[in-house]
Amino acid sequence: MLPFLARRIGSLALSLIAASIVIFLVIEVVPGDPASFMLGLNAAPDTVAALRESLGLDAPAFIRYWEWITGMFRGEFGVSYTYKVPVGNLIADRVWVSLPLTIYALTLSTLIAFPVGVLAAARRNSPTDVSIMGVTQLGIAVPNFWFAMLLQLVFAGILRWFSAGGFPGWDAGFWAGMKAMTLPAVALALPQASILARVMRSSLLDTLGEDFIRTARAKGLSRRQALWRHAIRNALIPVLTIIGLQFSFLLAGAIIIERIFYFPGMGSLIFQAITQRDLIVVKSAVMLLVFAVILVTFLVDVTYAIADPRLRRGRS
Amino acid sequence: MSDMSLNSRPSSGLIASALRSPSFMIGFLLTLLFVLAAVISFFWVPYDVTVLNIPNKLKPPSLEHWFGTDIFGRDIFSMIMVGARVSIAVALVAVGIGIVAGVPLGLLAAARHGSLLDEVIMRGNDLVFAFPALLIAIMITAVFGPGAINAIIAIGIFNIPVFARLARGAALSLWTRDYVLAARVAGKGQARISAEHILPNILNLLIVQGTIQFSLGILAEAGLAFVGLGTQPPLPSWGRMLAEHQTLYALAPQTVIFPGLAIVLTVLGLNLMGDGLRDIFDPRLRRAR
Repeated sequence: MLPFLARRIGSLALSLIAASIVIFLVIEVVPGDPASFMLGLNAAPDTVAALRESLGLDAPAFIRYWEWITGMFRGEFGVSYTYKVPVGNLIADRVWVSLPLTIYALTLSTLIAFPVGVLAAARRNSPTDVSIMGVTQLGIAVPNFWFAMLLQLVFAGILRWFSAGGFPGWDAGFWAGMKAMTLPAVALALPQASILARVMRSSLLDTLGEDFIRTARAKGLSRRQALWRHAIRNALIPVLTIIGLQFSFLLAGAIIIERIFYFPGMGSLIFQAITQRDLIVVKSAVMLLVFAVILVTFLVDVTYAIADPRLRRGRS
Repeated sequence: MSDMSLNSRPSSGLIASALRSPSFMIGFLLTLLFVLAAVISFFWVPYDVTVLNIPNKLKPPSLEHWFGTDIFGRDIFSMIMVGARVSIAVALVAVGIGIVAGVPLGLLAAARHGSLLDEVIMRGNDLVFAFPALLIAIMITAVFGPGAINAIIAIGIFNIPVFARLARGAALSLWTRDYVLAARVAGKGQARISAEHILPNILNLLIVQGTIQFSLGILAEAGLAFVGLGTQPPLPSWGRMLAEHQTLYALAPQTVIFPGLAIVLTVLGLNLMGDGLRDIFDPRLRRAR
């Protein structure tokens, strides 16, 4: 287990370094002079020079990269050009909206997909299975932002069970926050649950065809017992991969859905920063999201290795 | 089975099984519908989508305007027809980028399996996978500005590792086959074997994956357009039609329902076609699933 962990941590570090270099190059090197890019065409030369100075742009790219990275380790992400406040503070406020939303959606998606997938597999080719496959096929095709608008129309517009948007903040209480997040989380979760349920079903069907299930049945276990005691556990590995991938889709999806519900999350921060050309905010916010995605992939890999010792050797 | 393959040419067998596959046929017809809408829109649309007619805005569906009119009084049916062009073009080119860049990389990695080059290609793929497509698009548009071309690049980059991985995985299993060994004995080089013997044999897989990536591309383009990073006005796009009417859906539901349905039906069509193709190309999978 230890060599596996060491190798995996090494590749985690490499991915993060590579990702940060890519982000740095695209945002700070490709535009040529970020200062004049941020100020636009009509800026006076001395304003540009002052911004260059305050951003430390006169230093070589390598030094700037190094300072950005080491700064992030110290929790310093630079000062937003438009908000004039540390980017770290801006991001910290927003993360507590986007991350809980993502986790809420991921939980919902898993809770829905798991029983649905098991049910479809257990009743393979029955009308239940066929309708589940039909509904999930449709669910995959539905864009979450459109689904979000339909949910708003029905549950906020017509039924008035939820408010159409806005986030009261966690200060208003945990349940108030959760209630505000429910429609966006459902909008994110259902299309993803469709994918997950199908993966769960096909993975379970594969497992049910294996020899050890036949052995378990021959030993006298009923179909149901064999399913619960042996098949589900073994079917979970591909499902876990998809859950890991879904985190990154949901996180990216969350920044779109937040716009529909007027949530003060990472999404509104990033899109505002883009329109205001606040590259300092874009750079660190994108890095943080990529960091979250890479970290989750890492955690999924480690979880596998704990669940299935064979994988510790196989992967390099 | 041996009788079948002796008596009928393989291509006619494929067409026959395509006609028998309901999911392929439904998917094919849905896809055809939107491709036709896009093609016809170049020659004819019920109403000009660049002409604003404000007094006529937000009209519900009627005989004159089948899907009603939008906030600027434009005919939604016509806009969906023209919007199909953008969606299909962006997704198609993005899939093209993925195939043209990804497949050779994957074949190269498989041919040099275990080498440093293989390792570099695969780790590079992992890196691209770590960025959700939306984040790539956000970075590109932050620097180069929004637009259809940048949306294509962003979605296309994300397609590269998908095809590279698929091509490498499939090619690896083919390199151990006897006919590849025979080709090597005959003195053919790695590039020639990859082109002449490996590529034709993984074509089916690439077509199926291409269909799936096509549908994901449509969804991604709609998402980017929705947040204002995709196609810019005046060209209509399904995602931006939704964004423009985000606050108006209670007043005029048609402005949101029809563009959304266009996205859903196109994606559904492509997915069903992909599933159908997989079954047709590989009947063994049908039994396994």
